[in-house]
Amino acid sequence: MTNEFWSFIFGRLTWDVLPLHEPIVVVTFIVVAIAGLAVVGAITYFKLWGYLWKEWFTSVDHKKVGIMYMVLGLVMLLRGFADALMMRLQQAIAFNGSEGYLNAHHYDQLFSVHGVIMIFFVAMPLITGFMNYIVPLQIGARDVSFPFLNNFSFWMTASGAVLVMASLFIGEFAQTGWLAFPPLSGIEHSPASGVDYYIWALQIAGVGTTLSGVNLIATIIKMRAPGMTLMKMPVFTWTSLCTNVLIVASFPILTAVLTLLALDRYVGTNFFTSDFGGNPMMYVNLIWIWGHPEVYILILPAFGIFSEVASTFSGKRLFGYTSMVYATVVITVLSYLVWLHHFFTMGSGASVNSFFGITTMIISIPTGAKIFNWLFTMYKGRIRFELPMMWLIAFMLTFTIGGMTGVLLAVPPADFVLHNSLFLVAHFHNVIIGGVLFGIFAGINYWWPKAFGYKLNQFWGKISFWLWNVGFWLAFGPLYVLGLMGVTRRLRTFDDPSLQIWFIIAGIGALVIAGGIGAMIIQFTVSIMSKNKEWDTTGDPWNGRTLEWATSSPPPQYNFAFTPIIHDGDAWADMKARNAQRPVTGYMDIHMPRNTGTGIILAGLSVVLGFALIWYMWWLVILSFVAIIGAAIMHTFNYDRDYYIPIEAVAEVEDERTRLLSGAR
Amino acid sequence: MSDGAVRSMRVGRKESAVFLPRAAMSRFAKFLSVSLLAPFLAGCNAVVMAPAGDIAVQQRDLIIIATVLMLLIIIPVMVLVVLFARKYRASNTEAEYEPDWHHSTRLELVIWSAPLAIIICLGAVTWVSTHLLDPYRELGRLGPDRPVPANTEPLEVEVVALDWKWMFIYPQYDIATVNELVVPVDRPISFRLTASTVMNSFYIPAMAGMIYAMPGMQTRLHGVINNPGEYKGIAAHYSGHGFSGMHFVTKGVSDAEFDTWVGDVKGSPDMLNRQRYLEVEKPSEHVPVMHFAGVESGLYTAIVNMCVELDKMCMSEMMSIDEQGGLGHAGIDNLAPALYGGGERNRSPFGPQKTYVAAICSTDEAIAMTAKLPAIHAPNSAPLLGRGIARPEAVAQSNAPALDWLAGKLAFNQNTSTDAL
Amino acid sequence: MSSPANTTTADAPEFYEIVAHDHPAHASTQIGFWIYLMSDCLIFASLFAIYGVLGGSFAAGPSPEHLFNLPLVAVSTTALLLSSITYGFAMLDMDEGKQKSTLIWLSITGLLGAVFLGLTLYEFYHMIQEGAVPQRSAFLSAFFVLVGTHALHVTFGILWLITLVAQISMKGLIPANKIRVQCLSMFWHFLDVIWIGVFTVVYLMGMLR
Repeated sequence: MTNEFWSFIFGRLTWDVLPLHEPIVVVTFIVVAIAGLAVVGAITYFKLWGYLWKEWFTSVDHKKVGIMYMVLGLVMLLRGFADALMMRLQQAIAFNGSEGYLNAHHYDQLFSVHGVIMIFFVAMPLITGFMNYIVPLQIGARDVSFPFLNNFSFWMTASGAVLVMASLFIGEFAQTGWLAFPPLSGIEHSPASGVDYYIWALQIAGVGTTLSGVNLIATIIKMRAPGMTLMKMPVFTWTSLCTNVLIVASFPILTAVLTLLALDRYVGTNFFTSDFGGNPMMYVNLIWIWGHPEVYILILPAFGIFSEVASTFSGKRLFGYTSMVYATVVITVLSYLVWLHHFFTMGSGASVNSFFGITTMIISIPTGAKIFNWLFTMYKGRIRFELPMMWLIAFMLTFTIGGMTGVLLAVPPADFVLHNSLFLVAHFHNVIIGGVLFGIFAGINYWWPKAFGYKLNQFWGKISFWLWNVGFWLAFGPLYVLGLMGVTRRLRTFDDPSLQIWFIIAGIGALVIAGGIGAMIIQFTVSIMSKNKEWDTTGDPWNGRTLEWATSSPPPQYNFAFTPIIHDGDAWADMKARNAQRPVTGYMDIHMPRNTGTGIILAGLSVVLGFALIWYMWWLVILSFVAIIGAAIMHTFNYDRDYYIPIEAVAEVEDERTRLLSGAR
Repeated sequence: MSDGAVRSMRVGRKESAVFLPRAAMSRFAKFLSVSLLAPFLAGCNAVVMAPAGDIAVQQRDLIIIATVLMLLIIIPVMVLVVLFARKYRASNTEAEYEPDWHHSTRLELVIWSAPLAIIICLGAVTWVSTHLLDPYRELGRLGPDRPVPANTEPLEVEVVALDWKWMFIYPQYDIATVNELVVPVDRPISFRLTASTVMNSFYIPAMAGMIYAMPGMQTRLHGVINNPGEYKGIAAHYSGHGFSGMHFVTKGVSDAEFDTWVGDVKGSPDMLNRQRYLEVEKPSEHVPVMHFAGVESGLYTAIVNMCVELDKMCMSEMMSIDEQGGLGHAGIDNLAPALYGGGERNRSPFGPQKTYVAAICSTDEAIAMTAKLPAIHAPNSAPLLGRGIARPEAVAQSNAPALDWLAGKLAFNQNTSTDAL
Repeated sequence: MSSPANTTTADAPEFYEIVAHDHPAHASTQIGFWIYLMSDCLIFASLFAIYGVLGGSFAAGPSPEHLFNLPLVAVSTTALLLSSITYGFAMLDMDEGKQKSTLIWLSITGLLGAVFLGLTLYEFYHMIQEGAVPQRSAFLSAFFVLVGTHALHVTFGILWLITLVAQISMKGLIPANKIRVQCLSMFWHFLDVIWIGVFTVVYLMGMLR
């Protein structure tokens, strides 16, 4: 009776699911708990809860939402990287009959969660953060089209991250690899909570991502400043547009396929099982129809960032803007025609394989054109080697190698020997770290002064730069070699002692990267704490070319007191060249959206719903679902969603800027 | 680099590019890549770069050719990046500075056409090599300029990926092994692959590329081992808890040694029948080599069709019933409980107890039934009809047309379902 | 995008909008909602593709001709198509500012939607009673999920419609409500279009197979 009662209340959640037998997890938990308590305590002590709630959590300001995305991505980077370090250590010592220090149960979770976190909760939030912060500024808008939706999207992404983090301490994460192929991820072979965490974390975060994609497309289509035709949009905005088109056109497929996997697991349907006519290969196809565009979702905005950086720091117009835009669009379209290259080895037949192999290679043409465009942007320029420019050079040297190994993997017979090998692992880290992450670092160093009003510390930035670059090649160079030695991925132990040296080098590389991350944290800390910061009073510290540099640093809540009118592609460069005068009188009330807590409430309820689904607490599932619907409907009864910033407030802010500008000159 | 590696590199350089016009470029390519890779691979056993089987050698050559083709553009780009970065640094005030120079039709033409030209070359190489090295394609040669002698019967091996070990059935010799694959050198091997529960990937780096092994489906692989020796066999696709210990030894031996080995296996007391298979199939890790002196007839077909349990309907039977419109309401309750190790299998919280569709006739009857159907030949796997590219020798005759039909149908269905997406 | 670029001479172009132009509220709502619908459409596209692959896998169980009751589906289809027409009438009346008849037409639309939903649920109930449960075969899984997802959308549409009726009754046909009626209109017609696909692919082609 009592037993039934407790299992009704808690579903399958019992004391046994707590990983008390895994000392590593227990220690991690204690550390995280202490750190968490310290943060909570500090916030409470300094009475910051009200400030955080009012100014950040409930904020619909695209700039604050963007920064929250960045914080989420950087925090999750630490988690994902810790997993990577643990894997490197395991692979470096598990030789000659040694089992290493991780059992299969733990190790198999590590490589699954590492992939999931790095893609969904590091790269995606960082990229989305940039798009949120920069796109409205670049198109001269005051916010995104749907500010509330923006806040809600962020919190849904954060909710997914919360679920993934919860899986570390309550139950377990999937032991299936980051794409959870059935039948392995089916209920029969993975009955525990791991795959359920995977499914619901991604579903909840996926809602946020899709809605954020819708939001940014609408913003870019409808909110551009007068005169900014499509072919006068900054390249970063173009790449953001294409990325969001990809998001909207591919995430629904992920949602559908994960729903079907969930149904197979919860209801016993037969989509991806074998006994009743289902077809597991369909899952593989569908998830890669999402998965391949996902790669371009990540890389396109990075390309955009590099385009901005290249022209700004070369002091030149971007070479070949038109071909850059067309290249982006071509990549967008082609990214849907290549998914099968992720499983040439499934035996689809030579003609199908060659078709997908060749479409994949075709993508390298516009990508190559982009590289050339950056190259010729540097040509006859005046290159200032500030940190963003250094990351650009590092990117161009690293990414071309990654692109080359990628095209190599697109040749089906070559892929037959390199697929699932460490060569493949090295390749995708080469493009994701060398492309996406370097792009993000360039972006952080480039736009930090815009967001906070002062430049980042150069010294620590350079240390971080070199550690990252050296560490990257130390960590992944050996993996290329190991791939050519026929070593495949996701192995926990090895028999062949001649491999060990390579894994040790890779492990050292990972440690060097850890140093790079450490240096970056020091860079942020030093820059924030420093008393004599490099303040940016002009709003244009790099002699920028696009509209985000036309306003103050950090921008006022309303971005622009007067909407700029665009006559030329590099709008701000054009305004500077023709000596456009910033109006200093004639302000008006500015119409702005009001903050709301509905987003965080809905997302919080989604966490509860996901958690209840994972642990089979059906009463809580129903309760939280009804609460979500109820809260959403309640929100629609709130018609009071906007307000006006009065002229006086606008004038005060703008006069302050006028004063700063004159002081600077 | 070890002597062996150098030797096979040299062999490869001399004779491998049979399917490509033997341009000077490819010689240069080999030279360049050997010298480039040498420092990296010195002192390590880079089996992918120095394999022991003709297919893998051709795949290696392809990697080298593709790499060199791409280096043609990658190296100039990287050099230019460094050069431009140095020359146009802000402190170098002597360099030209044209802030508004942003377009040049001629340059843009080069920018787009240079990669295009490379990709056209690589695309042609890809199309040809993908067809010629298609794992489904019967071998036409044992090595460069060594066509398969007439009347050579390929060694047939039926591979089953189990949790977490590999089973090899030799239908021509009526023997089976676990975690040991012994093959005569210079004899083409024709693999048929499937899996018992989850997806896996079969990979002998020294012999040929990998291919997935999937439950309820059959894939094919053809390869040959040219040099005697012991090679690693790998499970290349993560398949769960015991994945890391799931590897096997591949031995390339002489014909005489092979016959001796077959005799040894024949002497084993163990027989592989359905009952024994179901015992072996249960998940286990780090499994030592096992030998089976005999294999129950039709066992592999039953594994592919997921009907080793006698009361379970074979997929082939189910598919032909479905093709005729199913069994209607009468078929709804034709289910048998699916048990695993004597207990109930893991089930969904809202699902019924795990069941499977019960057989309505024995496997033998099903095969007899399918044998009556008109034989459908699998599509010719050699679609290339170009000058200088010969079709491979006629497909070896099988003595079990019904099984072939089943296998062809399965492979076909699997392909169509892939294509449909 | 509130005004065309100011036509100015090259010498003295204007770089700032000194005179504020009234940014119409909800300017992006429709396009945003339309983009969302397209993403929803892709979920259905995936489900259709899956039905296309698995629609013939009966696992030696029943096939469409054993299960489907075309006359019943014809009635529910009629109800749904009619509801699109009545929604159109609601839109016309809304444009003319007739609040009361707008509400009446919206209610009729909701009722027709409920009829459709009831018939779908009845069909499901009937099939499950016969033992043709989603777990029985891949075909049935695909069928229940495709038709069920559509029914789920209709359910949310009805919920939204009820909310909207309440909101119009409270606040009248204010611009904020009008835009919501327009969005729901798109949603409702979208479901209609999807249903035509379901009706053709699942029911008609299933019976003809």
